[in-house]
Amino acid sequence: MKAGDIGGYRERLERTVFNPLTQTSVGFYLLVLVLLGVVGWGLYAYIVQLRFGLLATGLRDQVMWGVYILNFVFFLGIAMAGTVISAILRLTHAGWRTPITRMAEIITVAALMIGGLMPVIDMGRPERVWEIFVYGRFQSAIVWDILVITTYLIGSLIYLYLPLIPDFALMRDRLSDGASTIKRKVINLLALGWQNTVEQKHRLEKAIGIMAIAVVPMAVMTHTVASFIFAWMLRPGWDSTIYGIYFVVGALFSGLATVLIVMAITRRVFHLEEYITEKHFRYLSYLLLTSLLLYLYLVVTEFLAIGYKLKLEEKELLNLLFTGQAAPWFWFFIIAGFVIPAFLLVFRVGQTIHRIITAAIFINMAMWVSRLLIIVPTLQVPQISESLGVYTPSWVEWSITAAAFAGFILIFTVASKLIPLVSIWELAEDAETEAHSESTGEVAEAG
Amino acid sequence: MADKNKDLSRRGFIKKSLGLAGLLGVMSLPVPQLMKLRKDSIAGRGLTSKNPANQAQLEGKARAWGMVIDLKKCDGCVNIETPPQCTQACINGHYGPNGQQWIEVFEKELAGGGHYFMPVPCYQCENAPCANVCPVAATYHDEDGVVLVDHNRCIGCRMCMAACPYQRRFFNWGTPKLPAAAALTKYSPLYPVPAVKGTVIKCMFCAHFLHDGKLPYCVKGCPTKALYIGDLNEDIATNGAEVVQFSKFLDENSAYRYKEELGTQPRVWYLPGYGQLAGRTPRDHRPLMPPQWLWGDDDSNRCVGIWPWGEDF
Ligand code: SF4
Ligand code: SF4
Ligand code: SF4
Repeated sequence: MKAGDIGGYRERLERTVFNPLTQTSVGFYLLVLVLLGVVGWGLYAYIVQLRFGLLATGLRDQVMWGVYILNFVFFLGIAMAGTVISAILRLTHAGWRTPITRMAEIITVAALMIGGLMPVIDMGRPERVWEIFVYGRFQSAIVWDILVITTYLIGSLIYLYLPLIPDFALMRDRLSDGASTIKRKVINLLALGWQNTVEQKHRLEKAIGIMAIAVVPMAVMTHTVASFIFAWMLRPGWDSTIYGIYFVVGALFSGLATVLIVMAITRRVFHLEEYITEKHFRYLSYLLLTSLLLYLYLVVTEFLAIGYKLKLEEKELLNLLFTGQAAPWFWFFIIAGFVIPAFLLVFRVGQTIHRIITAAIFINMAMWVSRLLIIVPTLQVPQISESLGVYTPSWVEWSITAAAFAGFILIFTVASKLIPLVSIWELAEDAETEAHSESTGEVAEAG
Repeated sequence: MADKNKDLSRRGFIKKSLGLAGLLGVMSLPVPQLMKLRKDSIAGRGLTSKNPANQAQLEGKARAWGMVIDLKKCDGCVNIETPPQCTQACINGHYGPNGQQWIEVFEKELAGGGHYFMPVPCYQCENAPCANVCPVAATYHDEDGVVLVDHNRCIGCRMCMAACPYQRRFFNWGTPKLPAAAALTKYSPLYPVPAVKGTVIKCMFCAHFLHDGKLPYCVKGCPTKALYIGDLNEDIATNGAEVVQFSKFLDENSAYRYKEELGTQPRVWYLPGYGQLAGRTPRDHRPLMPPQWLWGDDDSNRCVGIWPWGEDF
């Protein structure tokens, strides 16, 4: 890019990215309305559940956890997205990450909010949730969970906010006319008096650098501690030391897939084709394939270790998974989670983006099922009686699950109207350095 | 001080002297009686949910309650053609919610293909997985080693149910349907009646009886006297008919604990057998009869239908 193009590039960038903030289409309102409807229906289902108790779910004494805990683990997994994209790629100086970091970070925040809500919905006595803060015992994985998830959420919010400051300043300078006074004041406040001075930039870079390092252990801890809820139990399948890393890699896997899907949608809806290019999809798909292989490795070693020894209860679990009631789910998980995506990611037939997105969608469906397979069959295996536990989720559970997904999309949609989905100043800076290095290169050649 | 004494009104004086007399009266009681009085006034032990496990001092020293189940005597009550009487007595005594068998009798296989009956109460594990995982200490060991649930604190997360490797915990999924009498009972973690919606419930060794020298419902209810309850500290156990030395009884009868390898250290031991002392043979194929609840109905555990406005609630 020529140095002279920078001005035009920047103007176009601002126009494209700010467009959703200033213009709202009918489609947007329609989408929000539909999402609100689904969330409202979920709320109604929850009220029914409050009234009748968890009797309104399909859960019973033997299988006492179901889709709520499943969603909890699933959304936590998705929350890995932000960290891997923005923190890990930042630490490794992968320059191409810039246009997707903000989106990934929003996904993290939204997923943590929804995921964190799930265990409360699962509680028999949600009105006593405050007791955890008063009587909490550190011996319990739940207390750890609350601690790390809150830390991760706060860390992610800070990490989302820091790179937003210059963009808020830009909004303050560019979008102030026409906006209401309240909105202007809020943006003014959020911009923190940013004037783009060298000193300010230096400090911001430093703060972002620190947060980028800090959120990585937070993410790892979140998934590890979530796995402790299961790994600390004397149950077939759960009673395993592999669970910590198993959850971390699983989260990586579904987090990456989610970023890809969100990228594809926002790219189309907000016309970001110039900034989110095929290159981004391709690079991310390499990461996706890597995490697929890692996850496959863990799944295979885990089942090999169990299957080789065939301890009584674990044998029953394997029967259930491979050929029993859970077999359709299990084989769906294997095929949709590994076989199809691996095929799509390795053999490059068809249009790149479509191919990668198809893989990502399959992976996310498979990962939801994988959480189901982690939780339900283990609980079905009888511990002392002879009969398998039964579990069919009720409409209440499905409604709340649908509401959770709708809520997740809703948070993202609303965020897309409030903050620029792409980090303008960082992109512009990237373009400038690129142009600069090109021009100095020319000078060097000339000299 | 002097000024205050001058102001002493007539009523105040009477009040104070009455109080003093009362105090003296109480103090003049022998100490054991006082203890008893105090105990009676705290009708149910373990009432205080703020400060659980502080009740055992009443007795001066902690107990270590344990149970021995002699499988040689357990015939699953098939000979008398009733539901297992331990289960039934427990349900009746605790107004147990429909579907919950705090002590449940399971049919287990013998090595040669026959089977035996195994009554399973909560094992009151010393290294109790359920108590370990509870986030709010709603499940805890009291001073006597009994694992209790404080239903005024339980948040209903069901971690403990996932943790118990013996399926000995039950959840009150809905509002338990109980007889009117249950509502009049004073709740305590030792006698969790009436059951509380959205909380976990289980056998608690009838520890409120034990301190008064009474037997648990199940021990009393067993027609073949297969269940022994006792104190490991005092090394004594009884089934209501005979008194045995706990340790010797375990040794001499090759006692074992179920799933000992898990390291939960149950306080319930089994003496191997198949009901031979009750005249049962291993190949006796008469099945167990299900226990009866006079309250609640089959609906208590029914799944919800497709729509909220249907009949299914
Ligand atoms: S048997 Fe289960 S409920 Fe009872 S103490 Fe042991 S782990 Fe807890
Ligand atoms: S369900 Fe109640 S007793 Fe069980 S772990 Fe949760 S809070 Fe503790
Ligand atoms: S000890 Fe009491 S609560 Fe436990 S099974 Fe026996 S009767 Fe029921």
